[in-house]
Amino acid sequence: MNKMETSTGAKIGVYVCHCGLNIARTVDCAAVARSASELPDVVLAKDVAYACSEPGQQAIREDILERGLDRVVIASCSPRLHEPTFRQMLQSAGLNPYLLEMANIREHCSWVHMNESDAATRKAMDLTRMAVARVRQLKPLQPERLPLTRRTLVIGGGVAGIQAALDLADNGYDVVMVEKRPSIGGTMAQLDKTFPTMDCSI
Amino acid sequence: MTDVGRHPRIKLYTLSEVVDVKGYVGNFQVKILKKARYVSEKECTACGECSKVCPVVRPDEFNLGLSSRKAIYSPFPQAVPSAYVINANECLGHNPVVCAKCVEVCDKGCINFHMSDEEAVEHVGSIVVATGMEPYDPTEMDEYGYTRFENVLTSLELERLVNAGGPTRGELIRPTDRKRPRSIGFVQCVGSRSARKGSEYCSNVCCMNTVKSTLVLKEHYPDMDVKVFYIDIRAFGKGFEDLYKRSRRLGVHYVRGLPGTVEENPDRSLRVAVENGATGTIEYYVLDMMVLAIGVQPSTHTQKLQEMLGLQLNPDGFFLEAHPKLQPVDAATRGIFFAGCAEGPKDIKESVTQASAAAARAIRLMHRGEILTEPITSEVMVEHCKSCGKCADVCPYHAITVDVKKKKPAMVNTAACAGCGTCAAECPFGAITMNHFTDVQILHQVDALLEEDPQEKILTFACNWCSYAGADYAGVSRLQYSPNVRLIRTMCSGRVDEEFIWHGFAKGAPVILVSGCHIGDCHYINANHWTVKRVEKVHRKMKKLGIRPERLQLEWISAAEGIRFARTMERMERLRRGVTAEEIEKTKAILSQGK
Ligand SMILES: Cc1cc2nc3c(=O)[nH]c(=O)nc-3n(C[C@H](O)[C@H](O)[C@H](O)COP(=O)(O)OP(=O)(O)OC[C@H]3O[C@@H](n4cnc5c(N)ncnc54)[C@H](O)[C@@H]3O)c2cc1C
Ligand code: SF4
Repeated sequence: MNKMETSTGAKIGVYVCHCGLNIARTVDCAAVARSASELPDVVLAKDVAYACSEPGQQAIREDILERGLDRVVIASCSPRLHEPTFRQMLQSAGLNPYLLEMANIREHCSWVHMNESDAATRKAMDLTRMAVARVRQLKPLQPERLPLTRRTLVIGGGVAGIQAALDLADNGYDVVMVEKRPSIGGTMAQLDKTFPTMDCSI
Repeated sequence: MTDVGRHPRIKLYTLSEVVDVKGYVGNFQVKILKKARYVSEKECTACGECSKVCPVVRPDEFNLGLSSRKAIYSPFPQAVPSAYVINANECLGHNPVVCAKCVEVCDKGCINFHMSDEEAVEHVGSIVVATGMEPYDPTEMDEYGYTRFENVLTSLELERLVNAGGPTRGELIRPTDRKRPRSIGFVQCVGSRSARKGSEYCSNVCCMNTVKSTLVLKEHYPDMDVKVFYIDIRAFGKGFEDLYKRSRRLGVHYVRGLPGTVEENPDRSLRVAVENGATGTIEYYVLDMMVLAIGVQPSTHTQKLQEMLGLQLNPDGFFLEAHPKLQPVDAATRGIFFAGCAEGPKDIKESVTQASAAAARAIRLMHRGEILTEPITSEVMVEHCKSCGKCADVCPYHAITVDVKKKKPAMVNTAACAGCGTCAAECPFGAITMNHFTDVQILHQVDALLEEDPQEKILTFACNWCSYAGADYAGVSRLQYSPNVRLIRTMCSGRVDEEFIWHGFAKGAPVILVSGCHIGDCHYINANHWTVKRVEKVHRKMKKLGIRPERLQLEWISAAEGIRFARTMERMERLRRGVTAEEIEKTKAILSQGK
């Protein structure tokens, strides 16, 4: 078939989430899982009721350990929602969290093609295939730790700068404040009484 | 204020400006220019003897010229630091033979004419921008006669006139005859809410400041005739409506309408013509004095700082926050926060709230003493780099350095890299890998997308922050659109490499959409400017090759624009239907011959 579709020897697990009926009402999740199971490197493909629930996550974790999965595709909601959840799950199962890919078959599919079940199912298959193609190529990544200076520059010594500087300093952080005028105070120093309390400004 | 002066953890630079900032979140190097004060901050006890003998008299800017000061002076009685300061341009004493009277009377010897401007470098991990605002200067508002009639003042000038520490010790007097005015009129929205003069936005504080002033006046002078000319009174904050009602109860006369003309009578009182919107009639009033409720404008240094720190401004000229609802005090650049009027006009309470929030955000960033960087950053494959410098040019964060002259290959500062991927898309030699969004990863997605029935697919590149989120929002809103749409997510539209587009067309894509944040809203400062340039370039090449440029579309869709997303997809579907199988085959043939 496609030259890019060739195996890399990865062991991919694919999970197609029903999200209750949110996805399953429109998309034939079992069919999506079946089509995914035929893709190269896919060791296992299942449809599940709620991937994000604790039992749902636990089941995936077990698969990772028992079946030796090294990459995971979850076809469910938007990664903007649950990518952090599933990354953590991968990590807790001993995988690098960046070896996860999500296919958005809810916000981008079941919810926006509600009256076109067949087309939505075909689209979900495509989105899952794209996710498998991508996950196969993903690389483990490590966040970098860098030293940091625990000190803050506050530019401007009006009431806002003063408050920020005091909050920081009182919490034990050093502050450098730069004010262009000969005194701090800003506009507020020029005011007489101030609303809403009607008391003095300084 | 005094707490800042004596806090052991706060180092205060006054008469100073930030002139250069290098580095990135966690490790900024800041160059500060401290102008000479000519009086030792440590030694000066603010006894004031020097001021007494100084022969130079100048208008006092703290009192907005309503009183005078000397060339050596204290900015105001509660100033921090309290040390006096010499305005070198006014002082006669650079040649001690000419004057130096102050030096003679200062027993402690605090005054030193040989002081010079100094530069200091400070290392910090985070930055709070609290540069505030500039009150509007109504000089251009000729219709209110601010420059022509002495009895027309600004609200800030009035503040000084009613202040016990002010030039009149709190006694309100009319500038022309130094008598107490019997009547006074406030004009609202001066320099605000106008398309012609000043600014279009509401300055947020002037209504309540006027209400406050009317209360102060009525308290001191119950018989004074106080009028307010307004468009509408914005008393939206906690406790504000109460104050407004109290003002009305005390007999302040609120007239709905702004004066059309102001003229001066021979006795220097002012004749005002107003179209009263409530009654629909033109009314005339004679007032002893008029106060212009001036608005709030961005601080004069805003643009300089914006460039120095790589920040963004909103159309009003104030600093733009990372997210108007969810990250209101963060700048889009990590490690920089906003507090107070620098971000937009606001009152003291809001300024203070924001300042505390900014401090908390800075602490959240710094408390571990180290920063974890998201590994979605770019990496240079040194062996392919030709040191052309393109990547450094396009990086919105100045995170890449290339020594073009010495032909040293590019180097990415991963702490500063935010991961937009523009460098990887722009590198002419494919020498940059964008981790987690590599060429290979994305091209595999394109292939999988177009593997079956490519003629039916709408290949769409969507940026994580805006257009992908807009698609999510369309979903949440259950907006229905063509099921032929397939999205490929990148962090930024700036990541979309020319190659991805050619590859898509070569694989039989009928149409391709590149989508991202609106210009000015880019999550990566201005990376989407490069998206525009690139798409234009591809359009030109398509034309040359005989491929219809309409087949490649560019669209800006914000996270809140679900409807716009759905409509765009319908438009793409119509476009797709107009592309015939022959046209696709022809394109594939053209592209297989090499571009
Ligand atoms: C006439 C008038 C009346 C008001 N009355 C009230 C009231 O009654 N109640 C109320 O709640 N609010 C009132 N306000 C609003 C109030 O003044 C502001 O909310 C408050 O001053 C905002 O504080 P800030 O620190 O953000 O800015 P500012 O007070 O403007 O302070 C900014 C400081 O930064 C310094 N600065 C600027 N640029 C630089 C730079 N590049 N480098 C170094 N330093 C710099 C300035 O010199 C200044 O000291 C009034 C405003 C006006 C104009
Ligand atoms: S606060 Fe009141 S006076 Fe100021 S601009 Fe807004 S509406 Fe006009």
